[in-house]
Amino acid sequence: MTVIRQEATSGSTGDWHLERKRAWSNWMTGMMFLLPSLILFGVFLFYPMVRTVYLSLFLTDSQGVPVVFVGWENFVNLFQSTSFQLSAKATALFVLYTVPAGIVLATALAILANQKLRGIGLFRTMFSATMGMSVAASSVIWMFLFNPSIGLFNRILAALNIPGVQWLLDPQYALLSVSVATIWMNTGFAFLILLGGLQNIDQSLYESARIAGVSESYKLRKITLPMLSPTLFFVTTVSLINAFQTFGQIDLLTRGGPMESTNVIVYSIYKDAFINYNVGSASAQAVLLFVAVLIVTVLQFKIGERKVHYQ
Amino acid sequence: MRKVELKGLTKSYDGKQDVLKAIDVTIEPGEFFVLVGPSGCGKSTMLRMIAGLESITAGELALDGKRANALSPSDRDLSMVFQNYALYPHLTVEQNITFGLHVKKISKKEQKARCEEVCAMLGLTDYMKRKPKELSGGQRQRVALARAVVTQAPLCLMDEPLSNLDAKLRAKMRSEIRQLQRKLGITMIYVTHDQTEAMTMADRMMILSGGDVQQIGRPLDVYNNPANTFVASFIGSPPMNLIEAEISDSVLVADGHWMTPITADMKAKLQTDKVTLGVRPEHISLAKDSEPGFLVQVANVEVLGTETLVTFDFGEDTQWIAKWNGQSDIQPGAQIRIAVDDHHLALYSTETGERIYCQASEQAAEKKVSS
Ligand SMILES: Nc1ncnc2c1ncn2[C@@H]1O[C@H](COP(=O)(O)OP(=O)(O)OP(=O)(O)O)[C@@H](O)[C@H]1O
Ligand SMILES: [Mg+2]
Repeated sequence: MTVIRQEATSGSTGDWHLERKRAWSNWMTGMMFLLPSLILFGVFLFYPMVRTVYLSLFLTDSQGVPVVFVGWENFVNLFQSTSFQLSAKATALFVLYTVPAGIVLATALAILANQKLRGIGLFRTMFSATMGMSVAASSVIWMFLFNPSIGLFNRILAALNIPGVQWLLDPQYALLSVSVATIWMNTGFAFLILLGGLQNIDQSLYESARIAGVSESYKLRKITLPMLSPTLFFVTTVSLINAFQTFGQIDLLTRGGPMESTNVIVYSIYKDAFINYNVGSASAQAVLLFVAVLIVTVLQFKIGERKVHYQ
Repeated sequence: MRKVELKGLTKSYDGKQDVLKAIDVTIEPGEFFVLVGPSGCGKSTMLRMIAGLESITAGELALDGKRANALSPSDRDLSMVFQNYALYPHLTVEQNITFGLHVKKISKKEQKARCEEVCAMLGLTDYMKRKPKELSGGQRQRVALARAVVTQAPLCLMDEPLSNLDAKLRAKMRSEIRQLQRKLGITMIYVTHDQTEAMTMADRMMILSGGDVQQIGRPLDVYNNPANTFVASFIGSPPMNLIEAEISDSVLVADGHWMTPITADMKAKLQTDKVTLGVRPEHISLAKDSEPGFLVQVANVEVLGTETLVTFDFGEDTQWIAKWNGQSDIQPGAQIRIAVDDHHLALYSTETGERIYCQASEQAAEKKVSS
């Protein structure tokens, strides 16, 4: 006992040094573990982000090298250009068309596929299959479906004696058509996550409800949806961000046309940067898109999270 | 109050193996009926079949004399407390308690009144606006109980409701549940794997093992008169001591040299000369100097305050436990002389485990005849 006490008193200043040393070595160890991701994030995420903001303040040459510092001019030009306004509108509409409908559809499918029926595994596989399909392959399928002369949709219309529609070539329909294809492509992912969420709900809650004798719709409203809300919240957030960033199917199905009706911001960025070689303007758009996604996500967290019941 | 009759009730999940095998029992109105048995013996399955949550493979379930095999759970007019409470985590205590009452055409006002009444009864009034996660285990359990009580259903099913609680709270809730059941006069079917709960709460109990009924009866009858070695070793804490014994002339010989005399009527019941002998721990005592005793070696001693449990070696690979009142200062390793009260012997068939003879039951029968 005495020995220990002696050490403790004589080492009180030493303790402080020791503690600092331990803290430092702890920090170093932590850093070592973080380093790989920090490097990856730095090279592929943080650096490009900073670089984009930097470039958005410059006029660039065709190589993308900043030439003249122009300050906010790129942004001012964007806000004045009708093309950008159309892009913004198309993006907003695209998000509006795809996210709510996609989530409702995926939720409905997940609830259906969560029943205990023979052969339900087949349906679960089918409903989630789109997750395993590349955008390119899916786009080809939809290209065939939308084809004005041999496509399924126009054949159905023809069978009903309704004149065919130029699904991807009519500015009135193009964005809607792309949205439908996108909903289909994204359903698999949302479905799978939501099904997982449903299966996590304690079965005895439903058994208790069965004994109480409440109706199916009451169970859906009072048990399933509230218990699923954290999953729904996650899926909504991911889908929103995803929708803002959609590129593949637009490039393959419409190339931003017709009459720029599907020229969402991501596609517009791509065109400005790699076709018009206007990297400054493209960067400015990228910054605006980033801000828009950020605002929507923050809003979603602020508003949506209040309605989420975490366990 | 409801009468529940099971007639040859059988359950098989996979169509091959029976989880419950032809259960026959009648549970009387207002009875506190306890289902007890080891893990996996089919207690929950039986309760869920009565609730209508599990289909009935064969046999009949009757409620108040009417066949109820195909009745939906809500039409059976019962309430159930689940093992994990099954509270809705997103609803407040009050909403949890009144959940589904609208189906029974109970007005909002009446719902509120009833909820307040049961909350007062169960000491939940201060917690009505809280979510389940903000409650302690015991409080959650009371919410589950309140939810069952508030429906005023005449039959209540409970599946191991106390298994998650600590010993002290469990003892308290045991008596609370029992009082509540008496007060409301409901029929209760209560599942547990804890024999103390079964003994202390039941009007009658059923011991299940591997889907078979082992014994049905009042707790004391079951305790004094176990129908077979399974019940003997399951009911009672510590359980009944068992050992194989041989009969030679008019004595019973266990472990080669320990012997006890057997009476004539005992002998009359014996067909074989090999039986399993059962003795309750409280019927083993230290032999007085004048008494004949049997020398054994103490393996372990547990002093519980009011009583002492002494484990001693008996036979080659058997250990017996004796229970004495008071605090004993015997040390492990000591040699002691024990005496077995030969008015409380039970004999079981070594092959089937069925009871052949039990002195307690003979005495009880005699008493009945003479009175
Ligand atoms: N849904 C099911 N499908 C197949 N077998 C099941 C199912 N539920 C239970 N069983 C089997 O039935 C038997 C009885 O199960 P049950 O849940 O009734 O046991 P228990 O007596 O309640 O046990 P415990 O005390 O552990 O709760 C077990 O062997 C179990 O494996
Ligand atoms: Mg169980």
